Amino acid sequence: MSAGSAKIPVTVAEITPVTDLITRFRFARRDGGPLPVFSGGAHTVVEMQDGDTLRRNPYSLMGDPADQSSYSISVRRDDQGRGGSLFMHSQCRVGMDMVISNPVNLFALDLRGRKHLMLAGGIGITPFLAQIKQLAASNGRFELHYAARSAAHAAYADDLRAAHPGNVHIYHGDQDQRFDLEHLLDGQPLGTHVYVCGPLRMIGQVRDTAANLGWPREAVHSEEFLAPKSGKPFQVKLAVSNKVIEVGEHQSLLEAIEAAGVEAPYLCRGGACGQCETDVIGYDGKFLHNDHWLDADARASGKKIMPCVSRFEGKTLVLDR
Amino acid sequence: MTIQFKDETFRDDYTFKNSEWAVNRFPFPFHEDSYMYSVNMEPHQSFRPGSVFEHRFDVDEHYLSEMRDRAQVLAEDPLRCQSLPHMTLAGWDLLELIMVSKSEDYPDLFQLNRDDNNWHWINKPMGIDQKFTFLDEATLPYGPMEYITRQTQGDFAVLDQRDDNLWMDAGMITTQADWSLDFDIGMNFFEWHAPVPKAHELGIFVRALKFLLNVQQGLPARRLNWTMTVNPLLDTSPENYSKWGVQKQELTLENMPDKMHLRVELQTFFRLPRSNALVFPIRCYLIKLGEVVTVPKWGRRLHRVLRDLPEELATYKGFIGNRPKIIEWLSRYDDGAPTSPGIWPD
Repeated sequence: MSAGSAKIPVTVAEITPVTDLITRFRFARRDGGPLPVFSGGAHTVVEMQDGDTLRRNPYSLMGDPADQSSYSISVRRDDQGRGGSLFMHSQCRVGMDMVISNPVNLFALDLRGRKHLMLAGGIGITPFLAQIKQLAASNGRFELHYAARSAAHAAYADDLRAAHPGNVHIYHGDQDQRFDLEHLLDGQPLGTHVYVCGPLRMIGQVRDTAANLGWPREAVHSEEFLAPKSGKPFQVKLAVSNKVIEVGEHQSLLEAIEAAGVEAPYLCRGGACGQCETDVIGYDGKFLHNDHWLDADARASGKKIMPCVSRFEGKTLVLDR
Repeated sequence: MTIQFKDETFRDDYTFKNSEWAVNRFPFPFHEDSYMYSVNMEPHQSFRPGSVFEHRFDVDEHYLSEMRDRAQVLAEDPLRCQSLPHMTLAGWDLLELIMVSKSEDYPDLFQLNRDDNNWHWINKPMGIDQKFTFLDEATLPYGPMEYITRQTQGDFAVLDQRDDNLWMDAGMITTQADWSLDFDIGMNFFEWHAPVPKAHELGIFVRALKFLLNVQQGLPARRLNWTMTVNPLLDTSPENYSKWGVQKQELTLENMPDKMHLRVELQTFFRLPRSNALVFPIRCYLIKLGEVVTVPKWGRRLHRVLRDLPEELATYKGFIGNRPKIIEWLSRYDDGAPTSPGIWPD
C-alpha cells in the first residue's frame, strides 16, 4: 500500500487566534466538495512546505465529526520545537493551498462505555472537543475535567461551559486548582471509560491511579503525540533504494528518508501507531528509541526502529528501505 | 452492460449456474500453479472494467436469488444476523457506505437522495422505495446493518476496534464457509481464527491484524480466499452441517462437473468513519468445475494446486475425502502445458 494516508487538497479558510499561544485553523476542500465524516478523537496530518523542508505534523480534528463543510485544528505555538507549529503560526495565511491527510483515529471513544470521563491537559483538549460533539449528538453521557495554566490559557473553556453546564469542570493552575484524581476515578459508575490527553506526566498519573483503584486496563485510554526529538546528525544507508542519507539535527529519520525521495509508510508520525516500523539490516552503534510501539524485546533485538521519532548514534546503520 | 438477473436456487433442486459472462469475470484465486497462505492484501481500487474488482460492492446476475436465499436463512435462524448494542453506529456507517457506493456505481439500479438526515433510497431490482431518517432506527423496518445487508450480496462481519484488537461484535452471516457468527460473536481476532491450521506458526495473523488495524478511511483493501463446496450451497454453516455435510458423499466422477464447486471469497476491508469500526464484507462466488475447465488455463492450474496442496489445508477446507476424485477428474484437463502468470483467462 502507498505511504501515509489518502490526501485531501484544502485551502485555509479561516485563522482565528484563541489564546496567546493557540491559534485555530479551518480548512475547506479546494474543490468545494464535502470532507469525509470522521470519529471523535481522529487526527489529520498537515503537510507544510517550509522552504525546502516538507513538514508533516499530526493535529487532532476538533470540529463536529458530522460536519463535512470544513475541518478545524488548534495549534499551540512551540518556540523550542522543530518548526511545524511556528510555520503554522507565522507563515500560514488565509487562502493558502495545503494538503492534509484523511482522518485517522488512534484515540477513539469506546462505544461500549456507559459514561465517558475525559481528562484534558492544555492543548490536549482538542480531541475531546470533537468527541463531545459526537456524544452530544447521540445523547452520550460524559464528564470533562480540563486543566490549563490560567483562565487566559484555557482555550474553549467558556464555550464548553456554556454548552454543557454541569458536565464541564475547569481547573486553573495559577489558582492552585488541580485534579483530585483519586476522587475523580473512585466511585465512577460501572461501565465508565476514562480518556486522558495531555502531558506525559499526567497520562502516567492517571494510568497509575486507575490501576491502583482496580480499573480494568481496557477502560483507560490515552493519547500523546510525541514530537520527534532533535539530536546529533547521523548517517544511514538505505539498502533497498541504495542511498546514503544524512539525518539533520532537527530532522527525524523518517523525514530524512522522505527528503531523499524514498517512499516510507507512516500514519501518526508520533511513535504510537506502528505503521513506520522498519527492519534494521546492520548497525554499529546505539539506538535512541523514543517510540511507544516497540517492546523491550524488539528494542533489545536491534532489528527494528521506528523512524518517525527514534534516532541513532554510532558508526553505521543500514535499513531495509 | 445491463445485468440479466437470474431466478435460481442454492438449495433443494440447485438450479444455480453461471452465464458465460459470469464465468469470464469469475475471481479465480490462484495466480500461480501452487498455493500457500499469505496476507495477500492489495488496495481495493477499481480495476479491470467488468470484473468483480470494478466496483466497491459488486452486483451480478445472482443478486435477486442470493437475496431470496438470505431471507430464507434468516426466517429459519434469526441469529445469523446479530449486532451488539454498541455497534449500531457502525451499522449506520455501513448503510451509508453501501447506499452511497451502489448509487454512484450503479445509478440505473440504485438511487439515493439525501436532504440532511432525510434520506430516500430506491433499490429498483428488489422493488424497494424507502424514505427514512438517517441515524433514527425507528424509521427503518430493521436495524441499519440488517436493513442494508438484506439488500447486498455477501456476508458482512462488522468489527469493533479497541485495545489494539478487532472484535466480532456484529454481522450478517448467511453465506459462510463453515463458521458461525452466533459462536464467534464477541470474540477477538485471535480467538475467532484459532481453528485455522499453520497460519499461526507462519505469524500470518499477527501481521494481518497489524495491517487491518491500520486500514484507513478512503483506502479499502481486499484479498481472495477459497475453498471447495459440493452443490452450489451459499449456506454452508455449522448450524446446518447435518443437512449439507452428508451431501459430500454424493460426489462421483460422473456428477463432478455439475456438483463440485470452487468457492471463492472476495474479502474486502473498509474503515467506517463515524464509528472507527472496520467492516469486512465476504462475498462468495461459486463456480462449477465444469465451468472452470471452459477456461483451459484455470483447468490446468486448479488441477495442479489441488494435487499439491498440503494435507492439513485440504482437511481444514473440508475436501480431503473427495480430493482423489477431484484430482482424477481435473487431470483430464491438464495436458502439462505451462500456464501464464496471473489469475485472468488467456
